[in-house]
Amino acid sequence: MLKTFLIGIKDVRLAFRDRAALILMLAAPFVLTVGLGLVTGRFSSNTSSGVSDIPVIIVNLDNDQLGNALADVFNSADLADLLEPTSGSDPEAARKSIDEDKAAAVVIIPEGFTKSIIPQQSDFANGNVVAADPVKIEVYANPSRSTGAGIVKAIVDEFLSRVEEARVSETTSIEQLIFSGRITPQQALATGSAASQGIQTTSPASTLAVKINSSTANGDAVKFDALAYIAPAMALMFLMYTVSYGGRSILAERAQGTLPRLLVSPTNTAQILGGKVFGIFLTGTIQMLILIGASSLFFQLKWGDPLGVIVLVLAAVFGATGWGMVITALARTPSQVASVGTAIMLIFGIMGGSFINLEQMPSFVQTFSKITPNAWALDGFTTLGLGGTLTDLSAPIIALLSMGSILFLVSVVLFGKKNLVQK
Amino acid sequence: MSAILHVQNLVKNYGDFKAVKGVSFDIEEGEIFSLLGPNGAGKTTTISMLSTLYTPTSGDATIGGHSITKDPMGVRGIIGVVPQDLALYEDLTARENLIFWGQMYNLSGKSLTTRVDEVLEQIGLTDKAKDRVKTYSGGMKRRVNIGVGLLHKPRLLFMDEPTVGIDPQSRRAILDTVKDLSKQGMTLLYTTHYMEEAEELSNRVGIFDHGEMIAIGTQKELTQQVGEAETLILHVGENDDSEALAKTLKDIQGVQQATAVDHEVSIVCAEAEDVLAAVVTKANDRGIKIRSIDIREPNLEAVFLHLTGRALRD
Ligand SMILES: Nc1ncnc2c1ncn2[C@@H]1O[C@H](COP(=O)(O)OP(=O)(O)O)[C@@H](O)[C@H]1O
Ligand SMILES: [Mg+2]
Repeated sequence: MLKTFLIGIKDVRLAFRDRAALILMLAAPFVLTVGLGLVTGRFSSNTSSGVSDIPVIIVNLDNDQLGNALADVFNSADLADLLEPTSGSDPEAARKSIDEDKAAAVVIIPEGFTKSIIPQQSDFANGNVVAADPVKIEVYANPSRSTGAGIVKAIVDEFLSRVEEARVSETTSIEQLIFSGRITPQQALATGSAASQGIQTTSPASTLAVKINSSTANGDAVKFDALAYIAPAMALMFLMYTVSYGGRSILAERAQGTLPRLLVSPTNTAQILGGKVFGIFLTGTIQMLILIGASSLFFQLKWGDPLGVIVLVLAAVFGATGWGMVITALARTPSQVASVGTAIMLIFGIMGGSFINLEQMPSFVQTFSKITPNAWALDGFTTLGLGGTLTDLSAPIIALLSMGSILFLVSVVLFGKKNLVQK
Repeated sequence: MSAILHVQNLVKNYGDFKAVKGVSFDIEEGEIFSLLGPNGAGKTTTISMLSTLYTPTSGDATIGGHSITKDPMGVRGIIGVVPQDLALYEDLTARENLIFWGQMYNLSGKSLTTRVDEVLEQIGLTDKAKDRVKTYSGGMKRRVNIGVGLLHKPRLLFMDEPTVGIDPQSRRAILDTVKDLSKQGMTLLYTTHYMEEAEELSNRVGIFDHGEMIAIGTQKELTQQVGEAETLILHVGENDDSEALAKTLKDIQGVQQATAVDHEVSIVCAEAEDVLAAVVTKANDRGIKIRSIDIREPNLEAVFLHLTGRALRD
């Protein structure tokens, strides 16, 4: 155990002393983040967004004040770039178009929604205001477009929390609330706990209801920042470099004689390989944390829930390390690992959504992307960027951990057949 | 004296190629034992098996009572290995390398740092300890390479051609270190293709060729085997055909062997004076100008020549 740790530390030290590695681990993703940030106009305007034209279907069966107000939010000019709303009348047809991947989410505002919230005269008479049971708004999300769906849910959530805030405090009438502009699209597009509802929200238990969300209720609203997509995308792409660099070092140590030297010391093979894997894992984690720290510091980028970020980083690096090990186990020479590693870095970068949002890619790419750590982790970082927390990350984390575990098993089998002593 | 190393019929095949063909020998506690043989003789392969890196095709060896095949971990704790090719982390400093390798040999804490300082002193790199190994000269790297093998004070140290390709000064320093280690009680298995090193260092020498131990003993025992032969060395001109000369010299009565390497012809004979006149005449007949003549007392080169018909360095 101790030796495994010591070998890993040694590898981290070596990686951070290698100038070429430093350029690719840290400088390249940072520079590309800045470059792509400039292209998307992140640094010239604060309102631009990494995602755009999210197709959303609004089924307004309420047709009353609040329902119309929510529909107006979705159709407002402020959100015109971000959303591509269409209105529908048939909830079933709308759900079907989600199942056919034609939209990111459906917002169904049921009949009687406004009435269930705005107190009626009779309720005042009964002193029955708070007890009124609100009719629930349903957001039917497309699991393969979780970013878009997350944003839609965030908007609905923000809207509902404003409504609830007003309803409970009873300091402002609902009409005043809406027409005075207190519910604006700007506020609505907040990092609510909306994205936190997981992927499927159509089951009754998780159907959104009017509720107070403390983080959004006190107005701590953050716009979805283009960099919140670009920065993790670039970091994840170059994480693939780091894991293949680490894998390459196993074969490089074999060639330079330090691996045979380790093998004749009183250290067993499991400790040695474990140490190499640990070194890759540690290097990748440090790389990610440095990049996250740098973008927070220099661009004021908010990555979201710190615990979620850390756990997601660990899971992503674990999944990526699995790929690094498999590439190494299949290659014969260090330079083969380097070239295959670079190819995989680029392919995974593109297929995993590092350059183009996956939601704008054909469905076979979206399917393929599931084998990349990039896609899962990017999905997780988007969720966090939209205000989600660790509890909302179960899908990407489970996927990344399973990916890593399976790939480790594969690499152990492959390494078993490999000659560690000689080229 | 008891044997610290006991080798029984060790065989290593690389596919069809037989690199080591059933070697047996013992090394006594406290001695310097040299494996002398030309490149490709199988020295490194033998050391690799003894240090548990390669599994023997057949045969076995025990080191301090531990079998290299059945108890490799037991063997690893008591041996030190200085590989033929440098095996260091060039981006770490000498000190960092020694610390890391010391940890791999289960040293830690204060005893590790004291030991690292001692070894740095011993290899003469205390002043340069904080420089990265990649900034070192070849000789300095070789010394770090040796230092790594000494950290845990092994009972038996394998040194595989530790002086190849370095300047005479570093070479001298290394040979002196080897003698010091021996004085401190360490047992050494030293491989080389330099006859002079084997002669200077070893208590006993094993002569290795084509995967076989063709002779073993003290230098004296070995030279006696070749029958007190002497070697006559002719230095000839650059344009002279030394090969052809060597061939004709073999015909002279009393000449046991004659071989040519570059512009040197080595002639093994019982008594140099008896053949000298005939040798000079033959050379004159062929129009070859002799620049100088050396007479060497029987040495390991002669033994090798006698046993194989070839010079050690070719
Ligand atoms: N891994 C290997 N595969 C095939 N042949 C090898 C291998 N290693 C060494 N050999 C061959 O085995 C012979 C002995 O090599 P080696 O033990 O390195 O000799 P030495 O150390 O005496 O120079 C050489 O002919 C060499 O080419
Ligand atoms: Mg060798």
